[in-house]
Amino acid sequence: MTNANKTKWIAGSAVALALIALPFAVETWISQYYLYLIIKIIVWALFATSFNLVMGYGGMMSFGHAAFYGAGAYTCALLMVKTSCPMPLAFLTAPLAAALAGLVIGYFSVKIKGIFYFATLTLSFAQLLYILVFKWRSFTFGDDGIQGIASPALLSTLDTYVNYYYFALVVSSICFYIMWRIAKSPFGMILRTLRENPERSTFIGVRIQRYRLSAFVISAFFSGVAGALYVFLETSVAPDVFKWSVSGEVLLMGLLGGMHVFFGPALGAVIMVLLNSFITSYTEYWGLFIGITLILIVLFFPQGVGGLINEQLRSTMNRKAA
Amino acid sequence: MEFDPSILLGQFVSGLCRGMILFLMASGLTLVFGVMRVVNFAHGSFYMLGAYMAFSLTQAFASTPANFWIALALAPVGVSLVGGLVEYVLLRRIYSKDHLLQILLTYALIFVIGDLTKMLWGVDLRIVQTPPILAGFVSLFGHTFPAYYFFIIGVGLIVALMMWFILNMTRLGKLMRASAEHREMVEMLGYNVRGLFTVVFMMATWLGGLAGVVISPTVRLSLGMDMEIIIECFLVVIIGGLGNVWGALLAAFITGQLYAMGILVLEKYAMAFLFALAAAIIILRPSGLLGKAAR
Repeated sequence: MTNANKTKWIAGSAVALALIALPFAVETWISQYYLYLIIKIIVWALFATSFNLVMGYGGMMSFGHAAFYGAGAYTCALLMVKTSCPMPLAFLTAPLAAALAGLVIGYFSVKIKGIFYFATLTLSFAQLLYILVFKWRSFTFGDDGIQGIASPALLSTLDTYVNYYYFALVVSSICFYIMWRIAKSPFGMILRTLRENPERSTFIGVRIQRYRLSAFVISAFFSGVAGALYVFLETSVAPDVFKWSVSGEVLLMGLLGGMHVFFGPALGAVIMVLLNSFITSYTEYWGLFIGITLILIVLFFPQGVGGLINEQLRSTMNRKAA
Repeated sequence: MEFDPSILLGQFVSGLCRGMILFLMASGLTLVFGVMRVVNFAHGSFYMLGAYMAFSLTQAFASTPANFWIALALAPVGVSLVGGLVEYVLLRRIYSKDHLLQILLTYALIFVIGDLTKMLWGVDLRIVQTPPILAGFVSLFGHTFPAYYFFIIGVGLIVALMMWFILNMTRLGKLMRASAEHREMVEMLGYNVRGLFTVVFMMATWLGGLAGVVISPTVRLSLGMDMEIIIECFLVVIIGGLGNVWGALLAAFITGQLYAMGILVLEKYAMAFLFALAAAIIILRPSGLLGKAAR
């Protein structure tokens, strides 16, 4: 085992241990609220990473990813309150429904050239779903949303968030691992080639649209998992999960953390959720803060925080190697 | 229920008003895209700024009956000055960069301008009085319309004429069309393209501000009004053909009517028609109704 590999293993195990021990530390020293916040981070990190398969790896600027997050959340919530479907089944159906939505929306979208057209088309689809859920009262309860979604006693968040934290951690870790493998696989490589040079890829015989659609469906699937995780964290859901602002938020996380690094968007999610919680407790001008931060990032650090860290790491490693 | 055909007329006129406001907005958006190749997400923010400035100006000049007209003259200019500043300080730096970064920069501006508006004007709903001379009603084919509706339609028509004149009859317009076709060539011929961009952006934000002032007596001003309109505007410019002013006019008309008539057919789902139409256009004819083939 090389030195670099060893360092990676040690760092990985340390992070894993820290994540497992986290609830005890938080419960002892801080408050339950922070555990809630941490689960929220996990949900958003998963959502942002899945989004990035389309955005960062596929080079497709989706402005409608709320559709898949919402589809996951609503499938789960509706199954729980309308049928006697057990929680694990509802939880597994949610990403499938989201992937189906991804297949339909992606089928039309992946052919579209031009970033603005792509963004508007995905936005239109997501808003159509939003209007549908918002207005179809008899089926979706409309803008009242769905309250009191009961999770099994083991995962209940009534007394403590600890159990649900572990559940979310395990589920998201599995998802992260699969997505990481996908991103590093030949499939992920081809996706990036498509992003960089679609014409060239066509010449060497890659079927662009098929790859893009696959990425879209996979991304939608994991966004659906994030949506389902969200439902049992909040035990309620409202049509707002479909809204453009959700799509915007996940996009901002991607940009903030860095879209060309696998863990960038997750890092962006950590920063955004924590900052939002701290800043909004001091001032009502969160928008001003995040707006200025974004402008600075666009102007000076377009590679994002994750990109910056990655560069730093690489240069230190190179220095050591030399 | 007995169907009354005069309802159609009523909806037609209100759809026309909506269409005209959308045209004022979309023409600016499409102009900026056509010449500068930038999609300005923050265009709705300038519209909101125009409406709030109109509120402050009508309050400040409340003693004169002409207060609305003072606001109509000054607020769009104020908005375009802010627009010029934004272009000069921020947008200039990103023309050569990725489209994505341009979109994100203007997206960030929505937050900044939104919060600055909140800081300056607070979160209360604001009302701008209709100017007394237009406060009455007009009877037309047995239907009564607020006189202000016809003012909105008039402003839209005047702006359309003005745009036609500027684009076709002036040197500025020729330069604008030329740089939309071939920016490098215009630059090579020794024209100041940077300066042109500032002028175009100021024109566009002037139009956005104007739309904000014109709509202000008919709605209650709120902090969400920037996003309410911008999404609809995107649909309009896409339907009309990105970068095409006349496409924007046609699409704004269609969109206004579709919404107004859509309410009659499927009251709750009117906005859905617009999203569906935009989606269909992007899929079937991405260059829009009047646009050229995609570049």
